[in-house]
Amino acid sequence: MEYIIERASSFAGDIDFLIVLIAVLGGFWLLLAEAVLFYFIVKYRRKASPKAQYITGEEEVSKKWLHWPHYAVIVCDLFIIFFAIQTWVKIKQTLPKPDAVIEVVGQQWAWKFTHPGLDGKLGTKDDVKTVDELHVVVNKTYQFKLKSDDVLHSFSIPVFRLKQDAVPGRTITGWFKPTKTGQFDIQCAEICGIGHGIMGAKLYIETEEEHRTWLEHQRMAQVNGNRINTAKK
Amino acid sequence: MHQPIATTRSATGIPTGRLAVWWVIASEIVIFGGLLGSYVMYRLLHDAWSIEAANTHTLAGATNTFVLLTSSLFVVLGHHAAEHGDGKKAFRYLWLTILGGFIFLIIKSIEWTGEIHHGFVMTKSLFWAFYYTAAGLHALHVIAGMVIMAIISFDTIKNKNLHRVELIGIYWHFVDIVWIFLFPLLYIAK
Amino acid sequence: MSHDHHEQSFFSKYLFSTDHKVIAMQYLFTGMFMALIGGFFAYGFRMQLAFPGIEVPGLGLVTPNLYNELVTNHGSIMIFWVAMPVLIAAFGNYLIPLMIGCDDMVFPRLNRLSYQIFLISAIVLIASFFVPGGGFSGAWTSYPPLSAQAKYNLTPLGAPMWLTAVALEFVAFLLGGINFITTLMNSRAPGMKMWDIPIVLWMIVIASIVFMASAGPLIAGAVMLLFDQIYHIGFFNPNKGGDPILWQHLFWFFGHPEVYVVLLPAMGIVAEVITVFARKKLFGYKTILYTTIATGTLSFFVWAHHQFVAGIDPRMANVFTITTILISIPVTEMCFAYIATLFGGSIELRTPMLFALAFLAEFLIGGVTGIFLGSSGSDIYFHDTYFVLAHFHYTFVPIAIISVFAGIYYWFPKMFGRHMNETLGKIHFWGTVIPFNLIFLPLFFLGLAGQHRRIYSYENFPELAKPYLQDLRILATVSLIVMLSFQVVFLFNFFYSIFKGKKAEKNPWRANTLEWAAASPPPHGNFPELPQVYRPPYEYSVPGRELDYWPQNEKA
Repeated sequence: MEYIIERASSFAGDIDFLIVLIAVLGGFWLLLAEAVLFYFIVKYRRKASPKAQYITGEEEVSKKWLHWPHYAVIVCDLFIIFFAIQTWVKIKQTLPKPDAVIEVVGQQWAWKFTHPGLDGKLGTKDDVKTVDELHVVVNKTYQFKLKSDDVLHSFSIPVFRLKQDAVPGRTITGWFKPTKTGQFDIQCAEICGIGHGIMGAKLYIETEEEHRTWLEHQRMAQVNGNRINTAKK
Repeated sequence: MHQPIATTRSATGIPTGRLAVWWVIASEIVIFGGLLGSYVMYRLLHDAWSIEAANTHTLAGATNTFVLLTSSLFVVLGHHAAEHGDGKKAFRYLWLTILGGFIFLIIKSIEWTGEIHHGFVMTKSLFWAFYYTAAGLHALHVIAGMVIMAIISFDTIKNKNLHRVELIGIYWHFVDIVWIFLFPLLYIAK
Repeated sequence: MSHDHHEQSFFSKYLFSTDHKVIAMQYLFTGMFMALIGGFFAYGFRMQLAFPGIEVPGLGLVTPNLYNELVTNHGSIMIFWVAMPVLIAAFGNYLIPLMIGCDDMVFPRLNRLSYQIFLISAIVLIASFFVPGGGFSGAWTSYPPLSAQAKYNLTPLGAPMWLTAVALEFVAFLLGGINFITTLMNSRAPGMKMWDIPIVLWMIVIASIVFMASAGPLIAGAVMLLFDQIYHIGFFNPNKGGDPILWQHLFWFFGHPEVYVVLLPAMGIVAEVITVFARKKLFGYKTILYTTIATGTLSFFVWAHHQFVAGIDPRMANVFTITTILISIPVTEMCFAYIATLFGGSIELRTPMLFALAFLAEFLIGGVTGIFLGSSGSDIYFHDTYFVLAHFHYTFVPIAIISVFAGIYYWFPKMFGRHMNETLGKIHFWGTVIPFNLIFLPLFFLGLAGQHRRIYSYENFPELAKPYLQDLRILATVSLIVMLSFQVVFLFNFFYSIFKGKKAEKNPWRANTLEWAAASPPPHGNFPELPQVYRPPYEYSVPGRELDYWPQNEKA
């Protein structure tokens, strides 16, 4: 999977493992079934087999050809269920203690983010609000509070393997932990009207220092902005 | 129109008409089930609805329950008469049933007029939205039942297609039972 | 049979007929017409995806709004106005009375009413494309609040019209379904016991029952959503105490069983075709029937796997992961039984058989890729990506296109009394199946790369705007155009053969089931003398018999 799309969160590896597991188990049965199917088509074609046999498939002898592969499929199913639930519980049902909390709000057609400022706390005066830009620090655990102003949106970060719908009237909490610096895509993965195709945002995963510089820069901009505003008044 | 042989066959031993009515009812149950299921889910989430529900007219609802149950009795008597080949008597009972339906609708309209005058309209809150949607859907079924019954009755009086009295009877009981679910859910639960 | 064969006018014969065969043809032709519209829409949005911003020949510039309208209605049309009418209504109407050996459905007028309501629903849908604001563009799942409020979806007329069309279509199929179920239960030919019913009829009827049991909540939901759209009630509006997710439950409680509603008739058609062209008894008739019932039942308990990341209680996802993975058990058993049917057969690769075998080969891919989505952990990543899209097209195209072609090529001699051209049929087969894979295999890969759905242009997402991904999109689009153009071969073959094809005898495929005991095409009333049934439907190559088939109606 990581050859197709980068992994940048702590749980991306779990999801990729699950995908590979299903690909191996499912792929085995798929190839086997297709192989048998094509083998039968070739072997029992009219030229090679002019007279068909009479097999009802109701006797135990022939039924076992269904049942044994079938039991094997059930065993594979149990494996998949186990790992699927394990991955799910880790990502969606547990909330590790966060280093920081951010707020994410979807609206037609933009993502609004509220980052904690230099004090590291959300809901204080120095919060940094951005549109279509999310800045996080690598190797820190984040909790996000996901909301929507109007219709359904879906907060999706492919490199994190993270996706969560935003539902108006609800606040949905989730978490992630970036593991790699860089610049990545944030998408909206739930159709939300004519602007759905432009509802992308940028994710900046930074080191601690880069992030502090950015925060300070933002604060300066804010202060300057306020000054300009007051001057105008 | 020529009736196909298919209609006259009965491989299961159940008359085709009765079988079909049961399947109609099965498909109706899930429609009402979906609506009432949604209502109950919301109701459990919103305690405030009981305040809204206090404005419903329990007496009117109760009277209507009584009226519908009585009309169901008439349709049973009609079926009984039809089974004994007495089309005229069945005709009378069918019209008594229709009368029951009428009284039900009249009480309903008086009740709704009052409520609408007091400002309890569909858009007031979701409780009223469900109230009118569910009871309205039910009322449509009452009207449909009355129309079908009226059509059937003109065959019945000529002693033709007497088995249809039973079929409409089954349907009428179903409409009745839906009301028996609606009444406590919309009126009594406060 | 005493039928007065007075001359009927064209009008009463083809438009207001109560004959099940005419109604089946009405459904078939309406379905085919709608498929052309659905295919054209696919062409429109695929062109935009491959070559963003070009003037699409025959359509013009695809704006974001038009793009959404195209994808929404492509999905709605293909499922509600193609798969349902063709698989259930056309084949059901045509085959049920013929295969159980009687003259018509039990309620012919109800049947006609069902088609008329269906036709109105199709007209309402088509009309919705031309109203101010355009057709509905909030995806075929129609999630509120987007679908519920005109200020969000910008289609004040399109949205309610779409919803009305869908609701009418449901009513049509409820009426039709009641007819199907009652007819199969009550009007079987004397001697036809439970185990003598051809599997395709079982599947159509079980599908009708599943449809009937699942559509109700969505009909109620449609009424609620319509009230939201028109009167702004707010059943699904959180600001008024409603809950948008309730719609998702109502929708998918129907929507997932719906997959099996169309799958089962397709499996049934394939069963008929492979037994005839392999000259083999169906492997484990009862096993297949039980797995069908198990699939139908289980399908009611899997719906929330569409909503893993929709904001439902995460604990619920675990339950639905288990039920979803469990449904693979009856379905794989069914597929294994079909493959086992080929064992020891004598396979003749005529066009219907090619399509039937292609169905099995392709559907297996669709089935296996479903596991990625049914297991909650990996669905976090795959939800609403092109992986989902490729997966369900690998199920729906075999179901609604490939198996339907198998059925049409197979029953064409019965329907029109003539054969379709075999060479053109084979050209059409390869021209359909190869491009089909070339459309959707690239889309699997795009899904893995994180490409999400219903986006009119990926230029706004740097990770998705890479040139090699764009090449894959172009490959998919070109393959689609190739596939669509090969349908011209089919249409030519179809209409040419209706009038000029080689004359077909009563039973050209030497098949067992009762429809082949009627003339080709069967007259009004079907059989000169209603048949009796003496044996199960798949007695091919019975040892000790000279002929390798043994019609159900042949006396000992």
